[in-house]
Amino acid sequence: MGSEIQRSETTLRVNGKPHTLLLDHRRVLLDVLREDLGLTGAKKGCDHGQCGACTVLADGRRVNSCLLLAVALDGSEITTIEGLSADGEGPHPLQRAFLDRDAFQCGYCTPGQICSAVGALAEAAAGHPSQVTDPAAPAGRPVALDRTEIRERLSGNLCRCGAYPRIVEAVEDVIP
Amino acid sequence: MRSFDYVRARTPEEAVEAFAARPGARYLAGGTNLVDLMKLGVERPTALIDVSRLPLDRLEKLPDGGLRVGATVRNSDLAAHPLVRDRYPVLSQALLAGASGQLRNVATTGGNLLQRTRCGYFQDPGKPCNKREPGSGCGALKGVHRDHAVLGHSPHCVATHPSDMAVALTALDARVELYGPEGARTVDLTDFHRLPENHPERDTELRPGELITGVLLPAALAGAPSAYRKARDRASYAFALASAAVVLRVADGMVTQVGLAFGGLAHRPWRARVAEAAVLGEAATPAVFAGAVDLELAAARPLPDNAYKVPLARNLALDVLTRLAPAPASL
Amino acid sequence: MARTAALGAPAERREGLEKVTGTARYAAEHPLPGRVHARAVPACVARGRITGMDTGPARAVPGVLTVLTHENAPRLAEPEDATLALLQDSEVPHRGWCVALVVAETPEAARAAAAAVRITYDTADHDVVLTPGHPSTHEPEEANGGQPTRCRRGDPESAFAAAPVRVDVTYRTPPLHNHPMEPHASTAHWDRGRLTVHTSSQGTGDVRRVLAGLFALPVDRITVRAEHVGGGFGSKGSPRPDVVLAAMAARYTGRPVTLAYPRRHLPTVVGHRAPTLSRLRLGATADGRLTALLHDVTTHTSPVRSFVEVAGTTSGVMYATPNLSFVHHVVPLDVPSPSWMRAPGEATGMYALESAMDELAGELGMDPVELRIRNEPDREPAGGLPFSSRHLVECLREGARRFGWPRGARRAEGPLLIGTGVAAATYPVMVSPCTATAEARPDGTYLIRVNASDIGTGARTVLAQIAADALGTPLDRVRTEIGDSDLPEAPVAGGSSGTASWGWAVHEACARLLDRLAGHTGPLPERGIGVRADTSGRADAGSTHARHAFGAHFAEVAVDTVTGEVRVRRLLGVYAAGHILNSRTARSQFVGGMTMGLGMALTEGSTVDAAFGDFAEADLASYHIPVHADVPDIEAHWIDEDDPYLNPMGSKGIGEIGVVGTPAAIGNAVHHATGARLRTLPLTPDRVLTALTER
Repeated sequence: MGSEIQRSETTLRVNGKPHTLLLDHRRVLLDVLREDLGLTGAKKGCDHGQCGACTVLADGRRVNSCLLLAVALDGSEITTIEGLSADGEGPHPLQRAFLDRDAFQCGYCTPGQICSAVGALAEAAAGHPSQVTDPAAPAGRPVALDRTEIRERLSGNLCRCGAYPRIVEAVEDVIP
Repeated sequence: MRSFDYVRARTPEEAVEAFAARPGARYLAGGTNLVDLMKLGVERPTALIDVSRLPLDRLEKLPDGGLRVGATVRNSDLAAHPLVRDRYPVLSQALLAGASGQLRNVATTGGNLLQRTRCGYFQDPGKPCNKREPGSGCGALKGVHRDHAVLGHSPHCVATHPSDMAVALTALDARVELYGPEGARTVDLTDFHRLPENHPERDTELRPGELITGVLLPAALAGAPSAYRKARDRASYAFALASAAVVLRVADGMVTQVGLAFGGLAHRPWRARVAEAAVLGEAATPAVFAGAVDLELAAARPLPDNAYKVPLARNLALDVLTRLAPAPASL
Repeated sequence: MARTAALGAPAERREGLEKVTGTARYAAEHPLPGRVHARAVPACVARGRITGMDTGPARAVPGVLTVLTHENAPRLAEPEDATLALLQDSEVPHRGWCVALVVAETPEAARAAAAAVRITYDTADHDVVLTPGHPSTHEPEEANGGQPTRCRRGDPESAFAAAPVRVDVTYRTPPLHNHPMEPHASTAHWDRGRLTVHTSSQGTGDVRRVLAGLFALPVDRITVRAEHVGGGFGSKGSPRPDVVLAAMAARYTGRPVTLAYPRRHLPTVVGHRAPTLSRLRLGATADGRLTALLHDVTTHTSPVRSFVEVAGTTSGVMYATPNLSFVHHVVPLDVPSPSWMRAPGEATGMYALESAMDELAGELGMDPVELRIRNEPDREPAGGLPFSSRHLVECLREGARRFGWPRGARRAEGPLLIGTGVAAATYPVMVSPCTATAEARPDGTYLIRVNASDIGTGARTVLAQIAADALGTPLDRVRTEIGDSDLPEAPVAGGSSGTASWGWAVHEACARLLDRLAGHTGPLPERGIGVRADTSGRADAGSTHARHAFGAHFAEVAVDTVTGEVRVRRLLGVYAAGHILNSRTARSQFVGGMTMGLGMALTEGSTVDAAFGDFAEADLASYHIPVHADVPDIEAHWIDEDDPYLNPMGSKGIGEIGVVGTPAAIGNAVHHATGARLRTLPLTPDRVLTALTER
């Protein structure tokens, strides 16, 4: 086995902009964002998929960016907290709702909570059930999100400051 | 984590070839457990053969009425699929009881079956673990083992299998499709995961270089009432202390078909064959269920700090069995 | 005191937009040119001595700059806090102790190299298990914060023996971990003999002072910044190894260095809430008047640094009794060093006292709210001073009204048992000297500078409100600068004292500025007019009054008889904590404290591993912080107090009291629901199911 670092050229579209990078195979998406692209909105809370602070959207789905080897994502479209709203548009409605509801304190889990909620809303609209969805509910239809549903669906995002009740209110605020 | 080669495979054949050419390689699918273990220094592959883009991402209805689930179908898609929700609800429920939305969006069917124990000693290269390092001893046996096995463990390993999905698939009599250097084969899921015995380093009967390509769900159990229930330390996003997956058909008050499997109790999803035999053909009553489950759990050998798992598993199984059994005709 | 609209208003957090858009930068997010990454290597023996160290394989990893060990690391002056004497000798006091430090170009290389360091040890026997009557048990000279370890009034033992109604029970709480969402991290860089550090800390002034001592530098050659801090809850209240190691590595390599602790390293190196055994003896008359209250605490500490969780002291604050005793004992064990965690002592001690009070109410056949009201003291029982303000009874009554109390009988919903519980809470008023400056600018704005820390409390915002109030100016005219040790010196964000301490200095600076401006004629000079305030001698002066915040917690739980799982359905707190300065951020702090209390009650606990010497729960998959699904709607209310004995704002601390009464309220609700009294936290399914079976 050689001791050289093995790398591959990898292209990611991040917040609409293509980036082609020669990446150490060991590098996970989270570290690409934070170290290579200067996008530190996605946070490193546990680095093992156990806290959700690193949540971003990959090809529209919420994922833990700490567990995704970037090289395997070649060609993917990534959206981070920095790219949720287009330039000049002001904050995304969910970001605004988090401010209105004081849905955070230290702010470290916040980008992950927001990206996760964006993903969760899309999943519910696409008919994805959760653990608390009535198993008898018809498959393939949008799932209405009450507080129990929101809580279950956001349970992959820990908040140590205990802003949970406010986060749920903020998510409710943007449900059409 | 040491540096490693990376190969993206386009077909299973290509994957198997690439694997064979690189001693020390591992297959990478969603990576939610493999990357985690690589960061911990538990897995130290020299190469990753990326199988996440193989054309195995579909669910197909089989001619006999069963269902074939491709190995790279994501857990969230599998749980949401109308055919799964309608015909195999226990599988959908088990998937949704596990991990988080983010992880389910990435984790695959094949990867879920191959995820490794969350035993803290296995995950810490600074401590002994026969599964990680054969011969080093079992840290959990002398250390903290509240979350560990009560059934089928050995003096070498008391770890449990962490998957929820696999418990449901076990109750459903699922089969696993494999492809490897020696070609394709299919094994019963019940025979796929191993007990630790003298070789806890081997989780499954997978042969070197073999790849999971799919999971088959039998037609016989399609549409049968089924459900999953899990107990854990918090309301979501936690591994099972114990869980039960049940498939139950009752006709005229008698059990005509039953599948019962436990999670969180053993080194593999625990197929409760003894209990199944004791209820099949019997009246679907709480007393029959209780007797059968007790018979199954009589084999339990709790460790000093996990005796609670036996009554917990019993309660879970009885709760689900009773819930699935049609209420006796009222007068 | 006069108050304008600014104080008490629900002002939005000033850094909110940065936090929700991901542009707020935390300690590891300062990519200085040439910045490299450090990773600590934890000891993997429970006690012993390093006998050999082979760093060759680690240094051969591509991208590695160096590996520091006790053999080559820069020498440090002896620290006050021995947990910071890092890489100075070959001793391993506990598992997880830092034994080497890798510095590399990338985090990946640092991780690979850390795994490649080969170390041999001479291991020694270890003893890590806290047991009642452990042979090393002793009464320490003082407890956390220099507090007395014991108090004695009357003849408590005799009074207890003679009491017609008695409760004699022991409660246990496990080690707990702060686990702020941002793991401890520091970025350090040296430039021509000057050290600049970005660190995740509750107080950069202390960090600077400690670094100055360790590196033998004058403080004015060190700048420590903490612009945004991803939570702390006590574990970032004093400098932790990350900042020392980062500074060491940066000095050694000549490069800026970031050390961001992996989550798994935290449990053994940044402190934990120590486990407690609390024996409570309560004696009462048949009509529910306490005649004796005895609280005996036993806890553990480490061989490195003594820390005594002061769990008995609040028992001297709560209830009228002529015979009172509390005493602390400690057992030094080969465990990682305990430290502060939100309401250190109050949370553990009040869990025991308030659970025991519930048991006493049961013995008496009395309503637990009534029992507490009946024992309302007119002076602080331990110290004998009058209270500056105390509205516990009002909190209990208001909470009872809002929650629906007196409660009915417990009820069942299928397999679920539903019950409710109540507990009281208290937290002392603390305040420290602080300095601040206030400047008036010619453009009509004001600049407030004070080295406060915002760890999520909203310090920037509330200090601006205090200033706007004192200056009689709109809030948007006031700018605040905090989180930088070059700013006027200020104490740590801890002990729920930050806002009181910083705010007092800010308030005073603003008052002086107004005086100066009153004497000024003509336009302001271009550089503005500034004044400085220092509250030394007043903020730290003794008080003629006992000063505490109080609260009442109510909880409703559902206990699943199938699984033993407990879910909280409702949680309500009512607080009397002086004047509330920002209703929006205050509510978030109360609710946050209650959420942590919910975790302490139901899901959180670290298990000391007798075989290996560390904690079995090393990550966030096994250490169960409550998730969204565990947390119901939580209500926080307050009774605004007008207390002239506090500070110019009339505020008491609010950051910690929420965690204090919540565990007992939940535990009491579980008892109400099930009839089973569990006396060991957390109330996990294994324990609850076992208790239900034995019931």
